Amino acid sequence: MKLFPIMGGIHPDYRKELASEKAIVPMPIPATLYLPLQQHMGAPGITTVEPGTEVKKGQVLARGQGLVSAPVHAPTSGRIAAITEMMAPHPSGLPTMTIILDSDGKDEWGDLPAAIADPFAASAQEIRDRVAVSGIVGLGGATFPSAVKLGLGNQHKLEILVLNGAECEPYLCCDDRVMREHADEVVDGARIMAHALGAPQIIIAVEDNKPQAITALTQAASAFTNVTVASVPVQYPMGAERHLTQALTGRETPARKLTADVGVVVHNVATARAVHQAVRFGRPLLSRVVTVSGGAVAEPKNVEVLLGTRVAELLAFCGGLSKDSRRIISGGPMMGQPLPSLDVPVVKGTSGILALTKAETKENATQPCIRCGSCVSYCPCGLVPVEMAAFIRSEKLEEAAKIGVQDCVSCGSCSYICPSHIPLVHYFNYAKGRIAALDRERRKADQTKALVSAHNARLERAAQAKREAAARAKAQSENPDAGRVNA
Amino acid sequence: MLLDVGSLAVMGVTLGAVLGTAAKLLAVPTNPIEDELVELLPGSQCGQCGFVGCSQYAAALAKGNTPITLCAPGGKGTIEALAKKLGVSADTDGHEEKGPEVAFIIEDLCIGCLRCIGECGSDAIVGAPKQLHTVISDACHACGKCFKICPTEAIEMRPIPPTIAGWHWTKPGDHSAHH
Repeated sequence: MKLFPIMGGIHPDYRKELASEKAIVPMPIPATLYLPLQQHMGAPGITTVEPGTEVKKGQVLARGQGLVSAPVHAPTSGRIAAITEMMAPHPSGLPTMTIILDSDGKDEWGDLPAAIADPFAASAQEIRDRVAVSGIVGLGGATFPSAVKLGLGNQHKLEILVLNGAECEPYLCCDDRVMREHADEVVDGARIMAHALGAPQIIIAVEDNKPQAITALTQAASAFTNVTVASVPVQYPMGAERHLTQALTGRETPARKLTADVGVVVHNVATARAVHQAVRFGRPLLSRVVTVSGGAVAEPKNVEVLLGTRVAELLAFCGGLSKDSRRIISGGPMMGQPLPSLDVPVVKGTSGILALTKAETKENATQPCIRCGSCVSYCPCGLVPVEMAAFIRSEKLEEAAKIGVQDCVSCGSCSYICPSHIPLVHYFNYAKGRIAALDRERRKADQTKALVSAHNARLERAAQAKREAAARAKAQSENPDAGRVNA
Repeated sequence: MLLDVGSLAVMGVTLGAVLGTAAKLLAVPTNPIEDELVELLPGSQCGQCGFVGCSQYAAALAKGNTPITLCAPGGKGTIEALAKKLGVSADTDGHEEKGPEVAFIIEDLCIGCLRCIGECGSDAIVGAPKQLHTVISDACHACGKCFKICPTEAIEMRPIPPTIAGWHWTKPGDHSAHH
């Protein structure tokens, strides 16, 4: 199929061979699972269980609230030990509400919603509702509730569902393994999602460094004329949804718009598999495939992990850490986030756990910018990182926003390529967070102003009413007859 | 009778005319920047800046001899907005921001006296006479007026703990925490 070039991007050392030939292995059920109420973008779930409740596998522990949210289910049967604040798998190390589930080892299924026998005869709403109650979120790492994204067909005319199997991050190969080992489930899930979206065409995009996945998918898709498997060139960040859309269709997504505005919706391959299981078997999202890799991991593996498993236990299952472990990362090395501790759980968005050695982390002292322009030519979003960073360094966030810092996808290509080792993407992450924080403060100030003026207006009204009442009373006392007539 | 009415009417008209002309001729020009500055301030007249209210602080700012960092409820956002409006640099180094706070009523100590409700400029406290009062945290902007007036010291100003949703990376090389 005809492909289109994308601008910029880098070719890092992929190091996928550490784990790419290791078949997915399930991890034994841990004694205790830690399930944060917020494992997705949007509002956190609301607990529906109490400490002490006996729960069955697949039972809802927290339901979603509001339009953008997702429920949390019990990954195994057991008893709720506590619902308390615990350290989140987030670089801040701040606490988050977490349900602690003690496994009873029986792994007994509870009542599940009935399988949808013929999903293609079901309405789009029925599919979306099933995806919503199954707690499925974008498993590529963005964790946006999938049911909401499957509703995009309501407001947009969609032509293509792109299934993202690019997996352009180094080290990670969980999607590769899912595509190789469960190609039929991925293709079936994709067809169900396309039906819910009302998109006639499906393209499954895989970088050409995963030939076995391409073969497996091509075979699984051969029976369906509307499903194409596209082999895209290896170029980081090919897996960014805007870039993948452009590479496959030549359509550029405008800034601050969605790919749906150009008729394309992108979902991850593992999400498609989760949709397949939810629709065909009524199974909610209870586990995910995680790549455990890096030079400091004794036995790199691809592990099917129950959500809520502690990272420390997962690493122990992979032979533990070697002494030269320097940094633990959740996700890939380019866009992943450092973990504050090993005592945090695997959540829906954890695509990889990497333990990197000092040799792998490329820590170099920052030197002055030599204005070589590399960051400009490698930026896949067409931005000017050198100028944005200069503005941000002197705290001129508005100027940085004017030249597009909010359109940066934080892919890290600029930081990777910078010969002076300037942490460019770190500046942009700071700026984006700070701009959002200032925005929140401004909204709060506006709200306060509105409240204060409403308060003052009310006091004024009350005073006015008092004056009028006094005037009436006075009029009545001076002329009681008139008052009686009026009454 | 007619004389009384007539003389008073003449006096009234004359004095009214004098005052009216005087108001026009001797008008004190208000600095238009003052109004713009008042717009930027929270408007709750809490007095934490040391002035009587927001408009007095705005007037002092317009004269240019007052630090722009005095508004506690406004926080950093207000300081930056003021700096932009006045064309001065937002030098917040000397300004020790105490971080976001919210008023909290200790239920055991509240006697339901309504005084805090009378003070609150943003209607953030609900309650009734001799009933327990409580703070709507979303509406509170931490001006601290209720904290000062409470006769039983039942109100505390509590720091709002940082959340993951409000967290962001610090600037490279900057090791102070931002939340």
